[in-house]
Amino acid sequence: MTQHKINTSQKVSDEVKKTTCYMCACRCGINVHMCDGKVRYIEGNRDHPVNQGVLCAKGSAGIMQHYAPSRLNTPMRRVGERGEGKFEPISWEEALSTATEWLAPIRKDDPSCLAFFTGRDQSQGLTGWWAQQFGTQNFAAHGGFCSVNMAAAGIYTMGGAFWEFGSPDWERTKLFMIFGVAEDHDSNPIKMGLSRLKEREAKIIAVNPVRTGYNAIADEWVGITPGTDGLFVLALIHELMGAGKVDIDYLCRYTNAPWLVIDNPGGADDGLFARNEAGEALIWDKKADKPCAYSEKGITPEMAASVSLADGRRARPVFALMADKYLDDKYSPEAVAEATGIPTSQIKSIAYQLAKTAFEEEIVIKQKWTDWKGETHSEMRGRPVSFHAMRGISAHSNGFQTCRSIHLLQILLGSVECPGGFRFKPPYPKPSSAHPAPGRPKGPETPLSGPPLGYIHGPEDLLVEADGSPQRIDKAYSWDAPFSAHGMMHMVISNAYAGDPYPVDVLFMYMANMSWNSSMNSGGVMEMLKAKNEDGEYVIPKIIYSDAYESEMVAFADLILPDTTYLERHDCISLLDRPICEPDAVADSIRWPVVEPDRDVRGFQSVLLELGGRLGLNGMTGEDGKPLYKDYADYIINHQRKPGIGPLAGFRGEDGSQSGRGDPNPGQLDAYIDNGGFWSEELPEAARFYKHANQDYQDWAVKMGFFDAPQPVTFQLWLEPLAKFQLAANGHGEHIPPEHIKEQIKACFDPLPDWYAPFEGERLDNVNDYPYHAITQRPAAMYHSWGSQNSWLRQIHTKNPLYVPGPICDEAGLVDDDWAWVSSHHGRIKVQIKRMEAVNNKTMWTWNAIGKRRGAWALSPDAPEAKKGFLLNHLIHELLPGKGDGLRWSNSDPITGQAAWYDLRVNIEKAEVGEGVSEPAVPAQEPLKENGQTELRYGQEWTS
Amino acid sequence: MTNLPQEPTKKLGLVIDLDICVGCHACAVNCKEWNTGGYGNALSDQDAYGASPSGTWLNRIHSFEAIPQDAQGQPVPSDARIVHFPKSCLHCDDAPCVTVCPTGASYKRAEDGIVLVNEDHCIGCGLCAWACAYGAREMDEAAGVMKKCTLCVDRIYNDNLPEEDREPACVRSCPANARHFGDLADPQSDVSVMVAARGGVDLMPEQGNRPVNKYLPPRPKTSSCASSNEEEAPNLVKLAQENTRGGAAQSGFLGWLDNALSRM
Amino acid sequence: MHPAKSVIFFTTISGAGFGFIALLSLAICFGIAAFDTALFTSAIIAVGLSSAGLISSTFHLGNPQRAWRALSQYQSSWLSREGVLSVITLAAFVLWLGSAFVTGHAPLWIGAAIAILCGLTIFATAMIYAQLKPVPRWHSHLTPASYLGFGLSSGILLFASLTPSVTALGYISMASLILAWAIKMMWWQRADKTGRDADGSTLATATGLTGYASVKLFEAPHLTKNYLMKEMVFEIGRKHATKLRRISMGLGFVLPFILLMLAAFFGAPIIICASAAFLLHMTGLFVERWLFFAEAEHVVALYYGK
Ligand SMILES: Nc1nc2c(c(=O)[nH]1)N[C@H]1C(S)=C(S)[C@@H](COP(=O)(O)OP(=O)(O)OC[C@H]3O[C@@H](n4cnc5c(=O)[nH]c(N)nc54)[C@H](O)[C@@H]3O)O[C@H]1N2
Ligand SMILES: Nc1nc2c(c(=O)[nH]1)N[C@H]1C(S)=C(S)[C@@H](COP(=O)(O)OP(=O)(O)OC[C@H]3O[C@@H](n4cnc5c(=O)[nH]c(N)nc54)[C@H](O)[C@@H]3O)O[C@H]1N2
Ligand code: SF4
Ligand code: SF4
Ligand code: SF4
Ligand code: SF4
Ligand code: SF4
Ligand SMILES: [Mo]
Repeated sequence: MTQHKINTSQKVSDEVKKTTCYMCACRCGINVHMCDGKVRYIEGNRDHPVNQGVLCAKGSAGIMQHYAPSRLNTPMRRVGERGEGKFEPISWEEALSTATEWLAPIRKDDPSCLAFFTGRDQSQGLTGWWAQQFGTQNFAAHGGFCSVNMAAAGIYTMGGAFWEFGSPDWERTKLFMIFGVAEDHDSNPIKMGLSRLKEREAKIIAVNPVRTGYNAIADEWVGITPGTDGLFVLALIHELMGAGKVDIDYLCRYTNAPWLVIDNPGGADDGLFARNEAGEALIWDKKADKPCAYSEKGITPEMAASVSLADGRRARPVFALMADKYLDDKYSPEAVAEATGIPTSQIKSIAYQLAKTAFEEEIVIKQKWTDWKGETHSEMRGRPVSFHAMRGISAHSNGFQTCRSIHLLQILLGSVECPGGFRFKPPYPKPSSAHPAPGRPKGPETPLSGPPLGYIHGPEDLLVEADGSPQRIDKAYSWDAPFSAHGMMHMVISNAYAGDPYPVDVLFMYMANMSWNSSMNSGGVMEMLKAKNEDGEYVIPKIIYSDAYESEMVAFADLILPDTTYLERHDCISLLDRPICEPDAVADSIRWPVVEPDRDVRGFQSVLLELGGRLGLNGMTGEDGKPLYKDYADYIINHQRKPGIGPLAGFRGEDGSQSGRGDPNPGQLDAYIDNGGFWSEELPEAARFYKHANQDYQDWAVKMGFFDAPQPVTFQLWLEPLAKFQLAANGHGEHIPPEHIKEQIKACFDPLPDWYAPFEGERLDNVNDYPYHAITQRPAAMYHSWGSQNSWLRQIHTKNPLYVPGPICDEAGLVDDDWAWVSSHHGRIKVQIKRMEAVNNKTMWTWNAIGKRRGAWALSPDAPEAKKGFLLNHLIHELLPGKGDGLRWSNSDPITGQAAWYDLRVNIEKAEVGEGVSEPAVPAQEPLKENGQTELRYGQEWTS
Repeated sequence: MTNLPQEPTKKLGLVIDLDICVGCHACAVNCKEWNTGGYGNALSDQDAYGASPSGTWLNRIHSFEAIPQDAQGQPVPSDARIVHFPKSCLHCDDAPCVTVCPTGASYKRAEDGIVLVNEDHCIGCGLCAWACAYGAREMDEAAGVMKKCTLCVDRIYNDNLPEEDREPACVRSCPANARHFGDLADPQSDVSVMVAARGGVDLMPEQGNRPVNKYLPPRPKTSSCASSNEEEAPNLVKLAQENTRGGAAQSGFLGWLDNALSRM
Repeated sequence: MHPAKSVIFFTTISGAGFGFIALLSLAICFGIAAFDTALFTSAIIAVGLSSAGLISSTFHLGNPQRAWRALSQYQSSWLSREGVLSVITLAAFVLWLGSAFVTGHAPLWIGAAIAILCGLTIFATAMIYAQLKPVPRWHSHLTPASYLGFGLSSGILLFASLTPSVTALGYISMASLILAWAIKMMWWQRADKTGRDADGSTLATATGLTGYASVKLFEAPHLTKNYLMKEMVFEIGRKHATKLRRISMGLGFVLPFILLMLAAFFGAPIIICASAAFLLHMTGLFVERWLFFAEAEHVVALYYGK
């Protein structure tokens, strides 16, 4: 018998269109194979700097998202009550004129009555600028509840952050420590990187209460108790400093370790740097026996002794202060073992491994380079230890300090921006001082003084009224959270509801599921959105929302602006926002409509530009008073932030031959499309390491337009702006915090990286009432709430169990599939559990954002996501347990305002099965349309 | 043709590295995406947006929790590990799924050992799925025919794809590079070398199916108790004692600092 | 394993049908039955049962219109052999009987051959299951033995109810019941000792994660049931196994046996007793066969933590 014959060379597609994935924020390049005008197959783009051809589960399920029945079809106006989900379709003209009618008067009277908050946004370059032109300071994206601790700690300490703005030197590192990461924004690059490490048999140490995913494949696991990483890292620092295993040369050259700090307890200058007239910080030169500006060449710094300045004041080098602090026995491995849940021997062993790898396995690249002081170096010396950290570190009320501790450890080892270490991605590093302070409101019909989000350097930069009360609706940049560089989106709704500090008129949101998984206290937030005044009007009068899908938030909006899917619109992944650069290359990219929308939907950015034009905003309105830009594509090409600098850095100039700076190029988008949807340019060889101090890099960065003059960074181990706040809390200076905040500032704003216990546990009357920790993790195959509408992805995570450590199960008498009540100071939820051993034994966890509201996302109301899925968010309150002082303390990092999701403390007890449904069971929202589709055979028409 | 071919000279298959698989499901979803419009019928989904969604997949990711044992053979739950475990057809040499098939729809290719289903001949009796110990075959409910991993036979020889893309979709997309494709009959091939070096194993060898696909077991890990490093660790402590713990910590540390600075 | 109704019906009914055909053929050979109209009726019933069983077996097919293809792979496939054998057996039986009716004469050795073919057909049916190594409970010589035993017992009961004149059949029926259920009890006994790990398959060998104190499923690939779980990880059967075994024996053995005793020793009308015994026996067999599937564990369940 002959074997069946098959055609192994089937036609794959008619055409391949290269664009950028947006199944998550990682921004991978994709090849979209088109057949008969439909998407046949999506694969990774091999040439793309981010993913180099690979594609994750979400990216591969793009087809099912693009064609999901949950897509919105048309603009809508609410007809039922808020939260019900009842709408009537309206035309775009009606939608846009309604929005204009709502917004124009606000701009005339008081622009701050508009709160404009965007979520999973990749166009803050545009949205922030729009808010600035509108004149409202009440703008932010999701960073405040996401990872501002990471971003701010990185920028303030070393001019760049882990997050997406840097990466381990995957090709050279020999010891890699990863703290608190499940998926990350860099999800494909991290997986690729871990794989590279494994190939080279480099060691991976994972610090995480849960041993799944990346942590499962690590060579060593540190099953830490949540919120104690700072202690663990400071114990490592204690060991390394005690053993003299720190890179003194590196510290002298690149950090403020030798800078002199005024030693004047009780004085108004205590803790500030000694500076010369020009304001430059001073270092004591031992050879010359006098202070010199830190920028001078050839200093032999005093690192230990207390010195006397010319004016008689005493000062001590930062390094001496560090020795005082970190050599203290309270940071010894023995002292922290119990709190961290990490055995003393393991802490010591890790300290040893760090020292050994950094100092005995040094690597050297023969590459001449010149530093910013003009000194040339014949080689680039590398300490092949690198770190990465994400939300497990940042989503705590001590996250800023913990993240700074991690940076301090890296810097002590001399492993930042060196071969084998942690590397910045251009346009970083950039000193915090090079970022503008947050823009200030300037009154009606006037733009803000600058972009709404920025970096503050002292109390004088806060956005507070004369009486100290916050100027922003989210209280960002107030005494509550001075360094809140990304705003505090998680506080907007509750503050607007409470009218604290003031009420708003319009809440305008984009791409954020704020009534559900992106809010703390989701149940409470839904009530706030529905709440009415005595006069029957909603407390938050008007809500405009742009979503592409039938999310939980849609049901709470008054006006819906339906967005396109990511395959239907232009997007710009810009150097002005969160670009796709790599340590060795600068890069940005676009999305473009590879499929035409088949519904009455419009790209949000285009809509925003049109609204800007209708409102007459600066830069968006033509001389004829009409919108200046035809659409977002037009803006991407023609908008210039500064002469020669636009949203895209590639193919600039009339003929597209320039990069970085250059005139707008009408063919720019086509050039991107021809190039695979992105542009990238490699750094000169000599500019690739030590970017913070590398003159070659600095010159190149200026040429590219990252900054207009070189901006070298001196790593700030001692963070002077924090010292300024402590001084203010002690009553010094013009800007004094309100009484009730003083103690918190004194306790938490240590200018040296420090650890204090996470707030929620500390604020409980009796910690033993809630002896356990509960956290969430990102599932790799699901993106927040929006993966559940995807028929393929939802089969993987149709519901979420709570994973409970074996010892807790034994104590509570729980076995697999039991139902349990989990309670916090704020509420209780009923969930189904699974036993697990590979987890810190005080910590239970679940996958994030799987639980859905009934009726949402075009799922049937009895979908398991709604019946057995659940959100931990119902247990997390946006405010801390009351202290009886009548004050509202936000459940956030006191420095940055970062939402402290992972401070949650809980208890657990067995529940009756009852109906076998998780609680709280939020009543259904009305589905927008019947979804009759039950069986899918996607692709049947192309099969052979 | 349900008789198995004589030992094929080429045995194409996959090598899956459990030491690096992070359980991300990328390979599984990309497999579904490629194959739903590729060889044979679409991979259908039932009750796609309803209470009990299910669908046809050719590759699925399981995760297991393994509890190591100490020298006395006692379990050490505190050192429990998670192992992510992808599973698709292993293209067995002695494939029982082939020999049980009554119609000849199931066959093993003589030229490269790939086990395939001729869906035009398949009656959907399900017997081959019963015969497979690994659960590598799934009946498509909509088409009523048996689906299984084709080793992307419509990619690996496809002239319409660039040379470098002629590899299985799951291998091409795996972000962690945990999946490798090659000829396991050739001892010189990359995959064979990898299997030899890492002690690649067969799944359920006792079933006697002689799978072609191999799994590379997780490498040994340092236990969280870190006792294995006890010997090395004291070095740092000793260094610390010499430098700082002699007298007051401060003066010891400063002594070291002086030295360090003068060496600069 | 998932107990598909059509397959339960197929295996039990066609077993009875072929058992009956075998007995009829032998009866003719040995001159117990003649080529008369009564035989004609019996033959119709026999062929009807067997074909009904065969036809029902196509009900669970995804593409029954192509069922004919299943006859092609007799070289390797027991399912194919079963198909081919049943077609040949039925055809031979019908032709043989037909020629006897027409010519009034038929070679008796053919009858013997048909009886053997019937046995082979039932054997082939059983081998579809017995060959499956991943289902250790089925993977045994006792499986074809048990199928043959039940083919015989149900065939004889049916024969007895249609041939009341032959009193010896009552005793033979009782003997066949004892034989069939004795084999089945041996089968059960073995099955109870034959776990999923009978061939050494454990989650450790299934995953290659050997050398650990234990391995357990942490997270299944998909959280709702997929084809494999529906088909091969059927758990309800095992829960009620003991009760159902009693029911199957009560219906399939005890009651028919009592009925036959009543007829043999207490003069109850054999025609009623035997037909009732047959019907009860078949009902018992449905339960037995449901359990045969529902209790069976497939090694693939290991991967699903079951
Ligand atoms: N318990 C707990 N809660 C958490 C976290 C946690 O770790 N634990 N993490 C927090 C963090 S870091 C984050 S970032 C948030 C994320 O929470 P969200 O920012 O709310 O993210 P999504 O759930 O993805 O919701 C985004 C919304 O964007 C919509 N959308 C998707 N694509 C498009 C599009 O193309 N256009 C438009 N206009 N809309 C679109 C979706 O339909 C959805 O309604 O969750 C936070 N919540
Ligand atoms: N697939 C997928 N990818 C995503 C997202 C998604 O929804 N799905 N969301 C994107 C978004 S918005 C974000 S912000 C990023 C977040 O990316 P990640 O930072 O990876 O976010 P989380 O899942 O919150 O992971 C937090 C990790 O920290 C651990 N952890 C919790 N508390 C502590 C602690 O105190 N110490 C330590 N050491 N670890 C701790 C948790 O166990 C978990 O593994 O992911 C992005 N990427
Ligand atoms: S990580 Fe996945 S979902 Fe995110 S952009 Fe890349 S391919 Fe798309
Ligand atoms: S894509 Fe790779 S890492 Fe992810 S589950 Fe598959 S094999 Fe594992
Ligand atoms: S894994 Fe299963 S389906 Fe694949 S060849 Fe082996 S027995 Fe057949
Ligand atoms: S389901 Fe199809 S391939 Fe499998 S045994 Fe039956 S006919 Fe053969
Ligand atoms: S080889 Fe192809 S068909 Fe097989 S699992 Fe991989 S992607 Fe799927
Ligand atoms: Mo986030």
